[in-house]
Amino acid sequence: MIYGIAILAFSFLLGQWMGVLLGHWIGIDSNVGGVGFAMIILILTKEGFQRKGWFKPELEYGVDFWGKLYIPVVVAMAASLNVKAAITSGSLAIAAGAIPVFICFAVFPYLNKALKTS
Amino acid sequence: MSELIQVIDSYGLIVAFLVVGLVMYFSEIISKKIFRSKIPGSAIAIFAGLVLGYIGGVFGGGEKGLSDIPVFKGVGFMGGGMFRDFTIVATAISASFFLIKKSGLAGMISLFLGLIIFFIVGVSLGWAWGFRDPVTLTTIGAGACTYIIGPITGAALGASSDIIALSIGIGVVKTITVTIFTPILAKRIGLNSEGSAMSYGGLMGTTSGVAAGLAATDPKLVPYGAVTATFYSGLGCLICPSVFYLILDWLV
Repeated sequence: MIYGIAILAFSFLLGQWMGVLLGHWIGIDSNVGGVGFAMIILILTKEGFQRKGWFKPELEYGVDFWGKLYIPVVVAMAASLNVKAAITSGSLAIAAGAIPVFICFAVFPYLNKALKTS
Repeated sequence: MSELIQVIDSYGLIVAFLVVGLVMYFSEIISKKIFRSKIPGSAIAIFAGLVLGYIGGVFGGGEKGLSDIPVFKGVGFMGGGMFRDFTIVATAISASFFLIKKSGLAGMISLFLGLIIFFIVGVSLGWAWGFRDPVTLTTIGAGACTYIIGPITGAALGASSDIIALSIGIGVVKTITVTIFTPILAKRIGLNSEGSAMSYGGLMGTTSGVAAGLAATDPKLVPYGAVTATFYSGLGCLICPSVFYLILDWLV
Protein backbone atom coordinates (compact mmCIF):
# COMPACT_ATOMS: atom_id res chain seq x y z
CA MET A 1 0.00 0.00 0.00
CA ILE A 2 2.82 2.42 0.80
CA TYR A 3 4.18 1.86 -2.72
CA GLY A 4 0.90 3.18 -4.13
CA ILE A 5 1.13 6.25 -1.91
CA ALA A 6 4.76 6.69 -2.96
CA ILE A 7 3.78 6.61 -6.64
CA LEU A 8 1.07 9.17 -5.90
CA ALA A 9 3.57 11.34 -4.02
CA PHE A 10 6.09 11.06 -6.87
CA SER A 11 3.47 12.09 -9.48
CA PHE A 12 2.28 14.88 -7.20
CA LEU A 13 5.71 16.39 -6.57
CA LEU A 14 6.82 16.10 -10.20
CA GLY A 15 3.55 17.72 -11.37
CA GLN A 16 3.81 20.57 -8.88
CA TRP A 17 7.42 21.15 -9.88
CA MET A 18 6.36 21.41 -13.53
CA GLY A 19 3.60 23.83 -12.49
CA VAL A 20 6.04 26.08 -10.63
CA LEU A 21 8.52 25.96 -13.53
CA LEU A 22 5.77 26.90 -15.99
CA GLY A 23 4.71 29.71 -13.67
CA HIS A 24 8.25 31.11 -13.60
CA TRP A 25 8.53 30.69 -17.33
CA ILE A 26 5.44 32.80 -18.08
CA GLY A 27 6.38 35.32 -15.40
CA ILE A 28 3.64 34.61 -12.83
CA ASP A 29 5.05 33.83 -9.42
CA SER A 30 2.73 30.91 -8.72
CA ASN A 31 1.98 27.30 -9.54
CA VAL A 32 0.34 27.09 -12.97
CA GLY A 33 -1.55 23.84 -13.56
CA GLY A 34 0.58 21.72 -11.21
CA VAL A 35 -2.39 19.63 -10.11
CA GLY A 36 -3.31 18.98 -13.73
CA PHE A 37 0.24 17.91 -14.61
CA ALA A 38 0.34 15.64 -11.54
CA MET A 39 -2.92 13.92 -12.56
CA ILE A 40 -1.61 13.29 -16.07
CA ILE A 41 1.68 11.90 -14.70
CA LEU A 42 -0.24 9.61 -12.34
CA ILE A 43 -2.47 8.32 -15.16
CA LEU A 44 0.57 7.75 -17.42
CA THR A 45 2.50 6.00 -14.63
CA LYS A 46 -0.46 3.73 -13.99
CA GLU A 47 -0.79 2.87 -17.70
CA GLY A 48 2.94 2.17 -17.90
CA PHE A 49 2.91 -0.06 -14.80
CA GLN A 50 -0.15 -1.93 -16.09
CA ARG A 51 1.58 -2.65 -19.39
CA LYS A 52 4.56 -4.10 -17.54
CA GLY A 53 2.33 -6.04 -15.19
CA TRP A 54 3.64 -4.25 -12.11
CA PHE A 55 0.33 -2.71 -11.17
CA LYS A 56 -1.09 -4.70 -8.23
CA PRO A 57 -4.47 -4.08 -6.54
CA GLU A 58 -2.44 -3.32 -3.42
CA LEU A 59 -0.89 -0.31 -5.21
CA GLU A 60 -4.24 1.01 -6.34
CA TYR A 61 -5.56 0.71 -2.80
CA GLY A 62 -2.93 3.16 -1.51
CA VAL A 63 -3.96 5.76 -4.08
CA ASP A 64 -7.68 5.03 -3.82
CA PHE A 65 -7.58 5.69 -0.08
CA TRP A 66 -6.55 9.29 -0.71
CA GLY A 67 -8.99 9.65 -3.59
CA LYS A 68 -11.86 8.66 -1.29
CA LEU A 69 -10.77 11.35 1.18
CA TYR A 70 -11.38 14.04 -1.43
CA ILE A 71 -14.98 14.88 -0.45
CA PRO A 72 -14.23 15.01 3.30
CA VAL A 73 -11.31 17.34 2.51
CA VAL A 74 -13.63 19.52 0.41
CA VAL A 75 -16.04 19.67 3.37
CA ALA A 76 -13.16 20.78 5.60
CA MET A 77 -12.11 23.34 2.97
CA ALA A 78 -15.65 24.73 2.72
CA ALA A 79 -15.73 25.07 6.51
CA SER A 80 -12.49 27.06 6.51
CA LEU A 81 -13.35 29.51 3.70
CA ASN A 82 -14.24 33.10 4.39
CA VAL A 83 -17.93 32.43 3.71
CA LYS A 84 -19.00 35.43 5.76
CA ALA A 85 -17.03 37.85 3.56
CA ALA A 86 -18.35 36.20 0.40
CA ILE A 87 -21.89 36.87 1.62
CA THR A 88 -21.28 40.38 2.96
CA SER A 89 -18.98 41.65 0.18
CA GLY A 90 -21.97 42.89 -1.69
CA SER A 91 -24.52 42.01 -4.29
CA LEU A 92 -21.86 42.10 -7.05
CA ALA A 93 -20.11 39.06 -5.58
CA ILE A 94 -23.35 37.08 -5.72
CA ALA A 95 -24.36 38.36 -9.18
CA ALA A 96 -20.94 37.89 -10.81
CA GLY A 97 -20.49 34.56 -9.04
CA ALA A 98 -23.85 33.07 -9.99
CA ILE A 99 -25.10 34.59 -13.28
CA PRO A 100 -22.29 33.28 -15.56
CA VAL A 101 -22.73 29.81 -14.04
CA PHE A 102 -26.37 29.73 -15.13
CA ILE A 103 -25.42 31.00 -18.60
CA CYS A 104 -22.99 28.07 -18.82
CA PHE A 105 -25.69 25.66 -17.68
CA ALA A 106 -27.80 26.96 -20.58
CA VAL A 107 -24.89 26.73 -23.06
CA PHE A 108 -23.66 23.28 -21.98
CA PRO A 109 -26.27 21.10 -23.80
CA TYR A 110 -25.42 22.83 -27.11
CA LEU A 111 -21.67 22.53 -26.51
CA ASN A 112 -22.11 18.89 -25.60
CA LYS A 113 -24.10 18.21 -28.77
CA ALA A 114 -21.66 20.11 -30.99
CA LEU A 115 -18.65 18.24 -29.54
CA LYS A 116 -20.37 14.87 -29.83
CA THR A 117 -21.21 15.26 -33.50
CA SER A 118 -17.85 16.68 -34.49
CA MET B 1 -11.82 19.15 31.37
CA SER B 2 -8.52 20.96 30.91
CA GLU B 3 -6.94 17.59 30.03
CA LEU B 4 -9.48 17.11 27.22
CA ILE B 5 -8.80 20.59 25.87
CA GLN B 6 -5.09 19.80 25.98
CA VAL B 7 -5.67 16.65 23.91
CA ILE B 8 -7.88 18.52 21.41
CA ASP B 9 -5.25 21.21 21.14
CA SER B 10 -2.38 18.78 20.49
CA TYR B 11 -4.17 16.65 17.89
CA GLY B 12 -5.92 19.21 15.69
CA LEU B 13 -5.94 17.13 12.52
CA ILE B 14 -7.38 14.09 14.31
CA VAL B 15 -10.14 16.31 15.74
CA ALA B 16 -10.84 17.45 12.17
CA PHE B 17 -11.26 13.81 11.02
CA LEU B 18 -13.84 13.33 13.78
CA VAL B 19 -15.67 16.60 13.03
CA VAL B 20 -15.80 16.00 9.27
CA GLY B 21 -16.78 12.36 9.82
CA LEU B 22 -19.73 13.47 11.96
CA VAL B 23 -20.74 16.10 9.38
CA MET B 24 -20.67 13.45 6.62
CA TYR B 25 -22.65 10.99 8.77
CA PHE B 26 -25.44 13.42 9.62
CA SER B 27 -25.53 14.73 6.04
CA GLU B 28 -26.06 11.18 4.80
CA ILE B 29 -28.96 10.73 7.25
CA ILE B 30 -30.51 14.06 6.18
CA SER B 31 -30.11 13.06 2.52
CA LYS B 32 -31.90 9.73 3.06
CA LYS B 33 -34.60 10.72 5.55
CA ILE B 34 -35.53 14.23 4.40
CA PHE B 35 -34.59 14.42 0.71
CA ARG B 36 -35.11 10.69 -0.03
CA SER B 37 -31.63 10.60 -1.61
CA LYS B 38 -32.67 13.13 -4.28
CA ILE B 39 -30.02 15.56 -3.04
CA PRO B 40 -26.90 13.46 -2.37
CA GLY B 41 -25.29 13.30 1.05
CA SER B 42 -21.97 14.69 -0.22
CA ALA B 43 -23.68 17.85 -1.56
CA ILE B 44 -25.41 18.35 1.79
CA ALA B 45 -22.11 17.75 3.59
CA ILE B 46 -20.31 20.40 1.51
CA PHE B 47 -23.18 22.83 2.05
CA ALA B 48 -23.02 22.04 5.78
CA GLY B 49 -19.28 22.77 5.57
CA LEU B 50 -20.07 26.21 4.13
CA VAL B 51 -22.64 26.87 6.87
CA LEU B 52 -19.99 25.91 9.44
CA GLY B 53 -17.58 28.27 7.67
CA TYR B 54 -20.12 31.07 8.00
CA ILE B 55 -20.80 30.30 11.67
CA GLY B 56 -17.05 30.11 12.27
CA GLY B 57 -16.65 33.50 10.61
CA VAL B 58 -19.32 35.00 12.88
CA PHE B 59 -17.90 33.56 16.13
CA GLY B 60 -14.22 33.40 15.27
CA GLY B 61 -14.16 36.83 13.66
CA GLY B 62 -11.39 35.81 11.28
CA GLU B 63 -11.06 35.06 7.60
CA LYS B 64 -10.72 31.29 7.77
CA GLY B 65 -14.21 30.31 8.86
CA LEU B 66 -14.44 27.54 11.43
CA SER B 67 -10.68 27.05 11.63
CA ASP B 68 -10.28 30.45 13.33
CA ILE B 69 -11.90 28.93 16.42
CA PRO B 70 -8.91 27.29 18.23
CA VAL B 71 -10.71 23.97 18.93
CA PHE B 72 -11.32 23.52 15.18
CA LYS B 73 -8.00 24.74 13.83
CA GLY B 74 -7.25 21.25 12.47
CA VAL B 75 -10.19 21.61 10.06
CA GLY B 76 -8.24 24.35 8.31
CA PHE B 77 -5.23 22.07 8.01
CA MET B 78 -7.33 19.22 6.64
CA GLY B 79 -9.01 21.56 4.13
CA GLY B 80 -5.77 23.31 3.22
CA GLY B 81 -3.90 23.28 -0.07
CA MET B 82 -1.74 20.22 0.62
CA PHE B 83 -4.53 17.73 1.35
CA ARG B 84 -6.82 19.26 -1.27
CA ASP B 85 -4.28 18.92 -4.07
CA PHE B 86 -3.01 15.51 -2.95
CA THR B 87 -6.49 13.94 -2.72
CA ILE B 88 -7.66 15.46 -6.01
CA VAL B 89 -4.61 14.05 -7.82
CA ALA B 90 -5.40 10.65 -6.27
CA THR B 91 -8.88 10.68 -7.86
CA ALA B 92 -7.19 10.50 -11.28
CA ILE B 93 -6.21 6.85 -10.66
CA SER B 94 -9.59 5.68 -11.96
CA ALA B 95 -9.32 7.69 -15.19
CA SER B 96 -8.25 6.10 -18.42
CA PHE B 97 -5.76 7.84 -20.65
CA PHE B 98 -7.44 6.54 -23.77
CA LEU B 99 -10.65 8.45 -22.98
CA ILE B 100 -8.77 11.63 -22.09
CA LYS B 101 -6.91 11.55 -25.38
CA LYS B 102 -10.21 11.04 -27.17
CA SER B 103 -11.79 14.18 -25.76
CA GLY B 104 -8.62 16.29 -25.73
CA LEU B 105 -9.83 18.69 -28.42
CA ALA B 106 -13.31 18.91 -26.90
CA GLY B 107 -11.65 19.71 -23.57
CA MET B 108 -9.63 22.56 -25.10
CA ILE B 109 -12.67 24.06 -26.83
CA SER B 110 -14.73 24.02 -23.64
CA LEU B 111 -11.80 25.47 -21.64
CA PHE B 112 -11.54 28.54 -23.86
CA LEU B 113 -15.30 28.94 -24.20
CA GLY B 114 -15.71 28.74 -20.41
CA LEU B 115 -12.99 31.31 -19.66
CA ILE B 116 -14.39 33.72 -22.27
CA ILE B 117 -17.99 33.46 -21.00
CA PHE B 118 -17.08 33.90 -17.33
CA PHE B 119 -14.68 36.76 -18.02
CA ILE B 120 -17.05 38.71 -20.29
CA VAL B 121 -20.07 38.30 -18.01
CA GLY B 122 -17.96 39.17 -14.94
CA VAL B 123 -16.58 42.32 -16.58
CA SER B 124 -20.06 43.36 -17.83
CA LEU B 125 -21.52 43.01 -14.33
CA GLY B 126 -18.58 44.97 -12.88
CA TRP B 127 -19.33 47.69 -15.45
CA ALA B 128 -23.03 47.61 -14.52
CA TRP B 129 -22.07 48.07 -10.85
CA GLY B 130 -20.19 51.24 -11.80
CA PHE B 131 -16.56 50.17 -12.13
CA ARG B 132 -14.72 51.74 -15.10
CA ASP B 133 -11.02 51.16 -14.42
CA PRO B 134 -9.62 48.38 -16.69
CA VAL B 135 -7.42 46.90 -13.93
CA THR B 136 -10.42 46.64 -11.58
CA LEU B 137 -12.68 45.26 -14.30
CA THR B 138 -10.08 42.65 -15.33
CA THR B 139 -9.67 41.55 -11.70
CA ILE B 140 -13.47 41.22 -11.28
CA GLY B 141 -13.73 39.27 -14.55
CA ALA B 142 -10.85 37.01 -13.46
CA GLY B 143 -12.58 36.48 -10.09
CA ALA B 144 -15.69 35.35 -11.99
CA CYS B 145 -13.44 32.64 -13.51
CA THR B 146 -12.17 31.31 -10.16
CA TYR B 147 -11.08 32.58 -6.74
CA ILE B 148 -7.53 31.60 -7.71
CA ILE B 149 -7.39 33.45 -11.04
CA GLY B 150 -8.92 36.60 -9.47
CA PRO B 151 -6.23 37.36 -6.87
CA ILE B 152 -3.37 36.24 -9.14
CA THR B 153 -4.60 38.56 -11.89
CA GLY B 154 -5.25 41.39 -9.42
CA ALA B 155 -1.78 41.06 -7.92
CA ALA B 156 -0.15 40.92 -11.35
CA LEU B 157 -1.93 44.10 -12.48
CA GLY B 158 -1.63 45.96 -9.18
CA ALA B 159 -5.32 46.13 -8.24
CA SER B 160 -6.27 47.45 -4.79
CA SER B 161 -6.69 44.96 -1.94
CA ASP B 162 -10.45 45.44 -1.54
CA ILE B 163 -10.94 44.64 -5.23
CA ILE B 164 -8.80 41.51 -4.82
CA ALA B 165 -10.95 40.51 -1.82
CA LEU B 166 -14.06 41.12 -3.93
CA SER B 167 -12.70 38.91 -6.72
CA ILE B 168 -12.14 36.09 -4.20
CA GLY B 169 -15.72 36.58 -2.97
CA ILE B 170 -17.05 36.29 -6.54
CA GLY B 171 -15.02 33.10 -7.09
CA VAL B 172 -16.30 31.56 -3.85
CA VAL B 173 -19.92 32.29 -4.83
CA LYS B 174 -19.22 30.67 -8.21
CA THR B 175 -17.83 27.53 -6.55
CA ILE B 176 -20.85 27.31 -4.24
CA THR B 177 -23.28 27.83 -7.13
CA VAL B 178 -21.61 25.14 -9.26
CA THR B 179 -21.45 22.73 -6.29
CA ILE B 180 -25.13 23.09 -5.44
CA PHE B 181 -26.61 23.19 -8.94
CA THR B 182 -24.48 20.55 -10.71
CA PRO B 183 -26.27 17.55 -9.15
CA ILE B 184 -29.66 19.28 -9.46
CA LEU B 185 -29.32 20.12 -13.17
CA ALA B 186 -27.02 17.27 -14.32
CA LYS B 187 -29.79 15.14 -15.86
CA ARG B 188 -31.46 18.04 -17.61
CA ILE B 189 -28.26 19.23 -19.34
CA GLY B 190 -27.07 15.74 -20.35
CA LEU B 191 -24.14 15.49 -17.94
CA ASN B 192 -23.96 11.72 -17.70
CA SER B 193 -20.80 10.39 -19.39
CA GLU B 194 -17.01 10.65 -19.08
CA GLY B 195 -16.84 12.77 -22.24
CA SER B 196 -19.53 15.19 -21.13
CA ALA B 197 -17.89 15.47 -17.68
CA MET B 198 -14.63 16.54 -19.35
CA SER B 199 -16.39 19.24 -21.39
CA TYR B 200 -18.27 20.29 -18.27
CA GLY B 201 -15.06 20.61 -16.23
CA GLY B 202 -13.53 22.78 -18.94
CA LEU B 203 -16.60 24.99 -19.30
CA MET B 204 -17.21 25.58 -15.58
CA GLY B 205 -13.59 25.66 -14.46
CA THR B 206 -13.63 25.83 -10.67
CA THR B 207 -11.94 22.56 -9.71
CA SER B 208 -13.46 22.29 -6.25
CA GLY B 209 -16.95 23.22 -7.48
CA VAL B 210 -16.86 20.86 -10.47
CA ALA B 211 -15.35 17.98 -8.48
CA ALA B 212 -17.74 18.44 -5.56
CA GLY B 213 -20.73 18.84 -7.87
CA LEU B 214 -19.77 15.78 -9.92
CA ALA B 215 -19.12 13.75 -6.77
CA ALA B 216 -22.68 14.47 -5.76
CA THR B 217 -23.91 13.58 -9.26
CA ASP B 218 -21.85 10.44 -9.94
CA PRO B 219 -18.47 9.84 -8.22
CA LYS B 220 -17.16 8.01 -11.32
CA LEU B 221 -17.21 11.31 -13.27
CA VAL B 222 -15.05 13.28 -10.80
CA PRO B 223 -11.59 12.61 -12.30
CA TYR B 224 -12.80 13.40 -15.84
CA GLY B 225 -14.29 16.75 -14.84
CA ALA B 226 -11.38 17.55 -12.53
CA VAL B 227 -8.65 16.86 -15.07
CA THR B 228 -9.95 19.55 -17.47
CA ALA B 229 -10.99 21.88 -14.64
CA THR B 230 -7.47 21.97 -13.19
CA PHE B 231 -6.18 23.35 -16.48
CA TYR B 232 -8.81 26.09 -16.32
CA SER B 233 -7.03 27.90 -13.48
CA GLY B 234 -3.66 27.45 -15.18
CA LEU B 235 -4.92 28.78 -18.49
CA GLY B 236 -6.86 31.55 -16.75
CA CYS B 237 -3.80 32.71 -14.79
CA LEU B 238 -2.01 32.78 -18.12
CA ILE B 239 -4.47 34.75 -20.28
CA CYS B 240 -6.46 36.93 -17.82
CA PRO B 241 -3.58 39.27 -16.82
CA SER B 242 -2.19 39.29 -20.37
CA VAL B 243 -4.47 38.83 -23.41
CA PHE B 244 -7.79 39.63 -21.70
CA TYR B 245 -6.36 42.68 -19.91
CA LEU B 246 -4.80 44.08 -23.09
CA ILE B 247 -8.06 43.67 -25.04
CA LEU B 248 -10.07 45.27 -22.24
CA ASP B 249 -7.57 48.12 -21.79
CA TRP B 250 -7.83 48.82 -25.50
CA LEU B 251 -11.66 48.78 -25.38
CA VAL B 252 -12.18 50.97 -22.28
